[in-house]
Formats: sequence, structure tokens, C-alpha cells
Amino acid sequence: MPKNPDIKKVLVIGSGPIIIGQAAEFDYAGTQACRSLKEEGVEVLLLNSNPATIMTDKDIADKVYIEPLTTEVVEQLIMKEKPDSVLPTLGGQAGLNLAMELEEAGILAKNNVRLIGTTPLTIKKAEDREMFKETMEKINEPVAPSEIVESLEDGLAVAEKIGYPVVLRPAYTLGGSGGGIAENPEQCAEILENGLRLSRVGQVLVERCIAGWKEIEYEVMRDGAGNVITVCNMENIDPVGVHTGDSIVVAPSQTLGDKEYQMLRTSALKIITELGITGGCNVQYALNPNSFEYCVIEVNPRVSRSSALASKATGYPIAKVAAKIALGYTLDEIKNAVTKKTYASFEPMLDYVVVKMPRLPFDKFINASHSLGTQMKATGEVMSICTSFEGGLMKAIRSLEQHVDCLLSYDYSGLTSAELKEELNRVDDRRIWVIAEALRRGFSYDMIHEITKIDIWFIDKLAILVEMEAALKAAGKDLTPELLKEAKRIEFPDNVIARLTGLSQDEVKAMRYENNIRAAFKMVDTCAAEFAAETPYYYSCFGSENEADGTTSRKKVLVLGSGPIRIGQGIEFDFCSVHSTWAFEKEGYETVIINNNPETVSTDFDIADKLYFEPLTPEDVESIVDIEKPDGAVVQFGGQTAIKLTEALMKMGVPILGTAAEDVDAAEDRERFDEILEQCGIPRPKGQTVFTAEEAKKAANELGYPVLVRPSYVLGGQGMQIAICDEDIDEFIGIINQIAQEHPILVDKYIMGKEIEVDAICDGTDILIPGIMEHIERTGIHSGDSISVYPAQSITEGNKKTLVEYTEKLARALHVKGMINIQFIVDGEDVYIIEVNPRSSRTVPYISKVTGIPIVPLATQIICGHTIRELGYAPGLQKEADYFAIKMPVFSFEKIRGADISLGPEMKSTGECLGIAKTFNEALYKAFQGAGIKLPKYKNMIITVRDSDKEEMVDIAARFKAQGYRIFCTNGTARYLYQKGVVTIPVRKIEQESPNILDLILGHEIDLVIDIPAQGAERSHDGFIIRRNAIETGVTVLTAIDTARALVTSMENRAQELTLINIADI
Amino acid sequence: MKAYLILEDGTVFEGTSIGSSREVISEIVFNTSMTGYLEVLTDPSYAGQAVVMTYPLIGNYGICREDMESRQAWPDGYIVRELSRIPSNFRSGDTIDHFLKEQDIPGISGIDTRALTKILREKGTMNGMITTNGDYDLEEVKEKIRQYTVKGVVLKTSVKKPYVLPGDGKKVALLDCGAKDNIARNLNKRGCEVTVYPADTPAEEILKTNPDGIMLSNGPGDPAENVGIIEEVRKLYESSVPIFAICLGHQLMALATGAKTYKLKYGHRGGNHPVKDLETGRVYITSQNHGYAVDEESLDPSVAVPAFVNVNDKTNEGLKYVGKNIFTVQYHPEACPGPLDSGYLFDRFMRMMEEGR
Repeated sequence: MPKNPDIKKVLVIGSGPIIIGQAAEFDYAGTQACRSLKEEGVEVLLLNSNPATIMTDKDIADKVYIEPLTTEVVEQLIMKEKPDSVLPTLGGQAGLNLAMELEEAGILAKNNVRLIGTTPLTIKKAEDREMFKETMEKINEPVAPSEIVESLEDGLAVAEKIGYPVVLRPAYTLGGSGGGIAENPEQCAEILENGLRLSRVGQVLVERCIAGWKEIEYEVMRDGAGNVITVCNMENIDPVGVHTGDSIVVAPSQTLGDKEYQMLRTSALKIITELGITGGCNVQYALNPNSFEYCVIEVNPRVSRSSALASKATGYPIAKVAAKIALGYTLDEIKNAVTKKTYASFEPMLDYVVVKMPRLPFDKFINASHSLGTQMKATGEVMSICTSFEGGLMKAIRSLEQHVDCLLSYDYSGLTSAELKEELNRVDDRRIWVIAEALRRGFSYDMIHEITKIDIWFIDKLAILVEMEAALKAAGKDLTPELLKEAKRIEFPDNVIARLTGLSQDEVKAMRYENNIRAAFKMVDTCAAEFAAETPYYYSCFGSENEADGTTSRKKVLVLGSGPIRIGQGIEFDFCSVHSTWAFEKEGYETVIINNNPETVSTDFDIADKLYFEPLTPEDVESIVDIEKPDGAVVQFGGQTAIKLTEALMKMGVPILGTAAEDVDAAEDRERFDEILEQCGIPRPKGQTVFTAEEAKKAANELGYPVLVRPSYVLGGQGMQIAICDEDIDEFIGIINQIAQEHPILVDKYIMGKEIEVDAICDGTDILIPGIMEHIERTGIHSGDSISVYPAQSITEGNKKTLVEYTEKLARALHVKGMINIQFIVDGEDVYIIEVNPRSSRTVPYISKVTGIPIVPLATQIICGHTIRELGYAPGLQKEADYFAIKMPVFSFEKIRGADISLGPEMKSTGECLGIAKTFNEALYKAFQGAGIKLPKYKNMIITVRDSDKEEMVDIAARFKAQGYRIFCTNGTARYLYQKGVVTIPVRKIEQESPNILDLILGHEIDLVIDIPAQGAERSHDGFIIRRNAIETGVTVLTAIDTARALVTSMENRAQELTLINIADI
Repeated sequence: MKAYLILEDGTVFEGTSIGSSREVISEIVFNTSMTGYLEVLTDPSYAGQAVVMTYPLIGNYGICREDMESRQAWPDGYIVRELSRIPSNFRSGDTIDHFLKEQDIPGISGIDTRALTKILREKGTMNGMITTNGDYDLEEVKEKIRQYTVKGVVLKTSVKKPYVLPGDGKKVALLDCGAKDNIARNLNKRGCEVTVYPADTPAEEILKTNPDGIMLSNGPGDPAENVGIIEEVRKLYESSVPIFAICLGHQLMALATGAKTYKLKYGHRGGNHPVKDLETGRVYITSQNHGYAVDEESLDPSVAVPAFVNVNDKTNEGLKYVGKNIFTVQYHPEACPGPLDSGYLFDRFMRMMEEGR
């Protein structure tokens, strides 16, 4: 069936800010789809509130609207732009939910716009629990016994009927938000109450618990003619009970025979057919390990995280094909872009194994529970490809960048066997390390399987790794080439071999090279070598023929990606890596990307000339360098991951393009940086570099509390804290040491002021500053967690001049060629430097889009030798825009049980959205809307404020009251506000008798909690409980006074009609 | 124990011996299925060939004997990258290594199967030797290897005496040219009484039982070699009995009606090949195992017309016989291993038998 000629202008809906459960995979899918649509001559209109995405670039779509994903915005957009179709299936759950709301509100019908890629009926059949069950029953596909409930009483009754344990799943939520397994009525009640609240439709599914069964997924495609294929299946190593996003996943399935494989495949095809999906779909199964019994857990009638993984695992571009199908093409008409010989109507065959591991945020939330369950907690993931499972797992482990490189990285050797057995029962992110220790102790496979329900095939693979550790230890310095070869086959890195044998890493490497034990690269070709493929997408393995050819007539650049998405290093760096790659290509370079994140655009096979899907460690990079022999590497766009590889690259003899490595180092090295500041005459908050807690306390007392304590060489303020007393220092240094710091610790005087951020480009002589950003929250809150305003609002012309002057001085002093990011404090007329990063930053995509200056391509051109003037730009601070752009952080606190949500110097947000408008207030309103803070609802709120902020709170409280809010306060705050003329309702503290503040929150009629906690160790436990309970019941919680003021301002200025701004026009 | 795979072009792969340690020369073909190694091993169509599995991890779920597609394993040799150390499946009763030993099939593991597959893809299917004797003279063995041809494999794999799978529905005669059991199972499951005949059964013997339908099975080797069987198939064609044929059966029917077959460069072996039903335009993912194909150029359009085509390389995947209740497919609707999507063809055959008489 050829393309439908009626589809000329398509509105593509993106997925909004990155949150846990909805990450970069939708940027990848959306970008691929937009390019696929444009390729077909369709005009693409894009709506996504997330400015850090590649899909919101004007190169990707014809018109780009970075606006909140709300029905009112879509309706206005439809009236303004008059698209004929809306494609919502690439925008994750957010996209589908929005499509449903549009349909329910009749907006599509009224404007004569069709949904493509899906239908409202399809969405309902897959998403509405009751309809889904009915649909499955109709086609005889088994689902676990379950019932939908809308009240606590019914839920408990159903659970009683089905029998504990039961799984609870709220309808229409992301990443299983608010779900869980209940073993008894108490747990059931707790989860139900929360789930009912979080569900968009107030429904929760109570289901028979099939925990412990194998969890298997199929990615299937269907076209409008009814042709169906499966792209890939995947097996979760963690059995049912752990969310697939948090599981270690292997593709294809390993422990299924053809009978099981085909049984589930047939079922998946039946399901996609019955749902009438045109595009991609993901079906999740629970398979009884002791029979052919199975049940369908869930269907995602859209492109998903799993489909991104499946695309990267197989080379089959699901989103691209889904977009073509939406236009009317059939699978046999769409060319396979990898082989260029076959068609999309075939099933990829793998001749390798793919392992995915989740990147969990417990390094950011050290007090949070590490346990894994049905609610997803991972912020990102890594993928690895190898010819053996053991090798794949080893590569995935070292790709995580969590200070782990083998199964010895977490030490459980101190536990008694009884304790270890107990530990095996814990389902958390370290389970494979515990199993490895159990294997070292000689626990039987059966016993480990009995406790963990992990298939013994996987346990045996872990045992092979453990046996290799022992063999290497036993060999010691008498390591033989044969053993070394076997260790490399299962991907033991040189440093681990060195540790185990007592040889030096250089000795291990020398022995490898002498015996020709080198990594070879194989192609991901979708067809197990049956056809010659055209796409250079590689993975490494040892002991094989090498297929990668490094010869080229062009200059060659290595672009280092940024690894897994984690708090502090998000999708922004993928944006930068991809744009830099494209710019290098335009400059005539052959481009080579190394990255290991399956969710990103950078790991799409047609971004760079060559893609290496590999861990970003020095050894892995060197294997690629040996073959590719690049003319240079660029590290300034890949975040801290890439920066950390600078030294290793230089040792390999690869020139670092752009700012020299020693200048990068100068910015990080306290002493050298202080010297530079001194030379430039730029002040910074006084500080000292220390190594121990004693030194830190001494420094703090000299500087005077409060002080900022942080480790050097980190991103996202990891481990950074404000200390107000010696006890705080002890606590913080303890924490810093837990995350294995090899670098010194910085102690700085804390100055309270306005925080300003600047991204600039320097060509060695001139500097270009696209704009100055100001944070709404004052210093002390990480820049990534602050609301950022462009252009800066409250600073003076004098401040601006100083900022520009300092930026220029610093860029020159650091010999920057390319990007630099600087954070300042402005206190009156005084300007201090907080931090300098001679690399691309988190704000680059945002400031590029709102100023219309293509910062990354410019920086790349400068790295290639061009100058700012030559590129047609006047140096210096660029003219301010005549609109306001506000970047709003978005958090995923409700997903991480036990995480403290109060904001501070350590970054906690997972994503961001943008509000852009002609007025500040409208931009602010849009930013809050985009972040999902849509108030008022019940017009009840709670305020509890530390003493130092009470005065500032008076005005804010009065303004909320003027908005019709009933304000509840704890006694101290209520009394203070009353004295200042604001009448509030006093409420009892947590430890007091009911009804107290907690009951109020759990009463589900509170819109907002403003809780400004005291700093440092004075943080009260009560506050923590209040904030957690509020977050988990879906209440908006603000912990900074400036944010609260911004919110009330936005509410006061709720715009009647929004002005929609096409970013492509800027 | 070390083992060597020596190709007729002189390429040598060194690996570890698995299964039997006897030396064997055979035609080397590759299969891209990711599951179903036991079904592959027991598919009679592999008689006279050694199979390379492109999926690197084989034996993960052990040996589930009820999944065997015939009474024994047929390939001359088995070539894998890695054999699983332990099997894991609730039905597994054995390890693949032990199974290979029991079936006296020599094999080699630990070699770069992708490199091998690329050679076969680029140069075409070729012969090779698996041996544990490292002390060979390459020039000498190359000549020996080159001389090997697949011969006489249909009768070797076919049943020796007819037998009946009872059923109270249609009576189907199945000519076993090296049939996978699941063909008979599929018919039997639909109520058919299936009589399985040796490949060299005269047509008269079958026709005199007055079957409702005749099924020609898959099987090994060069179809054109089966001159005698082709003559009998011609007689079956001339009867008015509805006929459904799979793979070798499809080729035999084409040859019996004047068309030609040719050897593909490296064949289709796997479970992911897209086939388009020319009547409906629908595309199905199919299980395939063939080294030869029917030459569409050689078809007499008044006798047979293409009914199915391979989406990738446009080779013929099935024929419809003009004025006859006969249709044939090159691929495997009986699956095992592979997708079950084409099972509907058995229903089509059932309807044909219903209407045909």
C-alpha cells in the first residue's frame, strides 16, 4: 500500500521532560520518526516541552513548539497550524495520554484532524484495564486473574478473593508509578490508597502475583495491511516482580526453547492484530518456568523504552518504520536501512548476545531504599553486545560508570553465610554481586535459584565469571596466554586481570599484544551475516575475525558519548554529541561515535559514519583507537564521561581537539585554578582543598560556617552539601568517601546571592556569549535543580558588564577553544565565580534554542579552526531576545522511596521543560504547566517554614490566600503569619495525636506543600516524612522559598490565551 | 580435544571437538535460527550436510526429546560457537553434547561462526571436513573435500514401510521424502488419518487407497536427482486428488510438470524469511530450509503460476497449479523450528480436500 496522499502535515507529540520511566528513548524515537516523515515530504510540526531534546531542533522538524503538553496547547496549536494528522505514538505514555484527552474532549473531531499510528479504540483496548482484559479473553490470551477497583474497600475484598500476594497496578501511570506487591492487607491498603490517587482515572488493578515467573518481552510491528512481524524478544534475568526497566535484560531470550519462543511470538502477533495497532507494540509476558503456562502482563501500544532497546539490539529502526507505517506504507515496501537489500518485513536474527543493565540513582539518593519492585527506579540504562553472555554482562557492568568493573566490585566477603543467604533474599541493584559471592562460597545453583528465582542458566554464567576470578588469582604472575585469552573472551578488563594476578595493567596489556589477543569488531547487521550489510555499526569481542576497517581518505574524529542517562548527566550531552558529530561531518571529517546508551540518538546507526557500541573505559576506547587511528578526539561534548577519558586518550597519542587537556585540568585543579583567578583578578568565594575530615573542619572554621563541601571532578554536584557545623562535615565527608573519591575535597565559603550561568564559545581570541541565564532560586540549590530564566531579569547593567568581562578573561586564560560554562554568584554589585567547566553544559541545548544560536555547531567549527568573526558573528554578549524563556527542573521523587526531596547543592532533578512567552509571567506559567504543576485543584495547602525564612513567607502566603487558598500551618508558622496579618489554620505536628499534618496530607485534598527545611544536620525527621508522604500521594512539594514565590506569581498570571512560539522562527 | 574444520577453499578453523570425534566430509550450510537447534538437528532435510548455527549460544535449554522432528539426527556435522555448559529447561532430559555423541554426529565448537558464515555467503555453499586429526596435508584433503556430493539422501531418510496415524477425518497420503514429523502432526491434529509412505512408493499404490488428499513432504538433497520419484509424482499430478507439497515436495511437483530447479548460492535456512502471498498481498514470516529453488522462468503458465514470492531475493516460494487442486510451497508451514504463521496453509489444504471431491 503506498503512502496515504491525504497526510501532508503531521503534528508529532513528544514525551516531555525526562522522568524515571520516560527517558531519552523517546527523543531517539521521535527524532527518527520526524526524519523519517520529512524524508517522505511530509511537513512536520513538533510539540514537546523538553528543550534538551534533539527532536526539538529546527533541523529535525519544520516547525517546533516547545510548549507544555496540555490539551489547551494542542488545541491552540491545531487551530494555528492546521495539521491534518496527529502522531502520538512516539511520545511515550505522555503522548498517548494526551491523545486520549484530545479525543475525549472532542478536539480532534472538531478540527477535522485524524490520529495516525493508532486509534482511540486501540489505546483504550491496551490501556484500560477492563477493556484490555476483555480483549485478551476474546482472543483466548491468558491474563493473571485480576479485577479493577476504584476504592480501598473493593481492593481489599478482591485481594482476599484472589489470595495474597497480589500485585497492584494503577491505570494510566508511567513506569508503574504507585504500584507494588502486597503480601498482606496492611500493605495492600497502603499501596492501594497511593495508587488510586496517582491513577489518572482513579483505578487500580489487583492481580494474582506471578512473581518468580520468567519475564519475557516481544517487540512486534504491524502495518495497515495486517502484516505482522516480531523485531526481537527479550528475557529479563530478574524474574517477574522487578520492573523490566530495572531488570538486567538479555536479547534474544536464552532459556526458551523454540516451542516456548514460538508460542509467545504467536501470542504477541495475535494481540497486535486484535488491538489493530499500526506501528510498533511491546508485549510483556510472565512464563511459568515449569510449564507452558503463561500470562500477558502488559501491552504498550506504542514505541517504548523496550523498543528503543530492541532497535539498538537488532539494528531494526522501529520508530522509523512505525512512522512510515503511519503514513500508509506496508512492511514489504519499506527498505531495511541497515542491509539496504532486505525489507522491513523480515525478522532480525542476532548472532550475538545483548545485555542491558539499568542505571539506578542510588548514588544520588544514598538514604533511599535500594529495593527493586514493580515501580521503575532507573534513570537510564546501558547496553552491551558480545558473542557470549558472560562477555556482554562484563561489558555492561563497566559501562555503568558506577565504580564497578567486575563481580568483585561490591564486597560481601565479610558476611557470614547465614547473612549472605539473607542478603540473597533482598531484591536490589546489587543482587548479581551477592550471587557471585554466594557462588564463591560454594552455595549450590539450586539454592540460589530457590531464593532468587533467577534461572540457573544465568547463575551458571555468573559462576563461569567467578571461576575465572579464581583461575586468575591462582595463576598470579604466572598467567599463561591461554588463560589470558579465555579471560578476554569473557571480557575481563585488563585492570581486573591485573588486580587478580598481581601483574601491572601495562604488563597484562603487553602480554595481550605479544600474543595478539586484541579486540575484534563485528557488525550488527540485523541478519546474522546472511546478507552483506552497509551500515558500520560495531561491537567488540575477542578471538574473532575483525570486520572493522579503519582506513579512510578523510580526516577522522572520534566523538565520545556520555554513557547512561543519570541525574546530573542527562540527555543534554547527547544533544551536544550528536550536533557536534553533524558539524564535524559538514567540515569534511569522517565521524566515529563511541557510546553505550541504547536510549539515545547518538547510538542510532545513521548519525555518525561509524558507531561503536562499547563501554567508555580507556581500554575499550583504546581498542577502537588501534583500529580507527583517528586524527583527533573531541571530549568537550560528552559530559564528565568523555572528559574523564582525556588523559587516557592523550596517552594513546590521540590529539584532543579544542581546549587542551591541561587547560581542562587547570579548571578542575583547585590550586591552579586559584592562580588563574588571581591573575585575572576575579574573586571567588574563599575556599580550601582538603583530604580529610579534620582538615575540612579546620578549613570551615577558618572560613566561617556555612560552607559548601564537595568532591572535585564530579558532575551534577554529586556529594555536594552545605555544612553549618562540624557534625555536618563529619557526615558529609563520610558520604563522599563512600563513593570512592580519589580526588581532593573542596571546602568553600557559602555566599547567598543570585546565581547566574553563562555558556560561551571561545576561538582563542574572541568570545561569543549567546545569553545570560539567571536562576530564580538563590545560591545553595544546584543549577540543574533551579528555575533558569533567560534573559537574566534582576541583575544590573554593571553586573552584566562584569560577567562578560570575567567570562572573556577566563576563557582566554584557560585557552578555551570551543565551549565554556561558567557559574557566578551576584551579590549586589559583587560578582563571584563559583565554577568553570571548559566544556559543553546542561544548559547548552536550552540556550541554543531560545537564542537561535547554534552553539554546538559553532563550537565544533571553531575546534576545526574557524573563528567567530569568520562564521559571521560579532563577538561578545549577543542582543537579548524580546521574549522570556524559562527552564524548569522536573523531578521523579515519587519513584524513589526514601529519597529526600529537599533541594540543595546536589542535583536531584531528572529532566526539564521550557516555558517561552512574550511576558515573564506567561513564560513562568507555561514552565509550571510543562512540569505538570497544574494548580489550583482543591485550593488547600500546607506551609511549614524554617525560622530564617518566615519573614519572606508572609507575602507569599498572603498571595496564595488571595488566590483562594486555605492554608494549613504548623503552630510556629501559623502564629508568626497571624502576627503579620495572614490568617491560617493551625495543624498538629506528626508526633501529635490525630488529626495531624500527616492525616491532612493523606486526606488527598492538598494541592501543595511548601516546606522549607533547615539546612545541615538540623534537618528534622518530621519534615522528611511530611515531604515523602506528600510526594507519594501526588502532592506538589516545594522546598525553596524562591520557587514558591515563582509559583504564586505564575498562578496570579494564568494566561487566558497562550501565545505559541515556533522555535524555528528564532 | 581439538578439532578442525577445513573448507574446500583451504580455510581452516580450529576449535574444540563436540559430539562424536569421527572425521566427516560434508556440504557446509548455515542456519540463522536463534532457537530450535534440536528441530534442526532432527530435520531430515539436513541429511548429507553439516550445519553451522549462526546464533552463538547453543544448547541453552538442553534436549527435549518430544521436540525431535524425526527418529534421529541427520546432519553429518554440527558447527557452533559455544555449547552451553549446563542445560536449563523444565523439559530438558539431556545435554546437546551427549545427544550428539549418542547420535554419532561429529561437531566443532569455539570457532568464529560469523566469519565462516560470511565465507559461505560470499563464495556460496561449499564442502568441508570436520576432523580431530591435526596432522593433515591441506592440499590432499582439499581435493578429497571437493569431490564430495550429497547423494541418495531421500531414500536414506524416508520411512522404510508405510504406517498410519489414525484419525477419523480426511484420509491423507503423505509421501515421506525425508519428512519432518510436524507435517503429519499438523494433519493429524486436524482430524486426518495420515498414511505415511516411503518416498519410492509407486503412485498407483497410493491412488488405489483413494485418499482425500496427498501431501508431498520436505526432504534433503538435489531435487532433480530423484528421477524415479518425479515420475511417480507426475502420476499423482495427473490424478484429481488434491495435493499440497512442501519444500522438496514442491520442487518435485515442479520438476514433474516440466519446470526446472537450480541451486541457490547459499540457500535459505532460518526462521525469518518474508514470503508474500501473491493472491492476498499479505506477507508472512516463514521457516525455511532449502538450497534449491524452482526457476520461475521455466514455468509453463498454463501448468503452474507463482503463488508466493520471497520478499528479499524474489525467488519463488510457492506455486498454484492451473486447473488443479494442487498448491505447493517452498517453505515450512509446519514450522518447528520457526514461526507458526503459515499454519493456515494446512487449513487451506483441508478446505481443498473438502471441496475437491
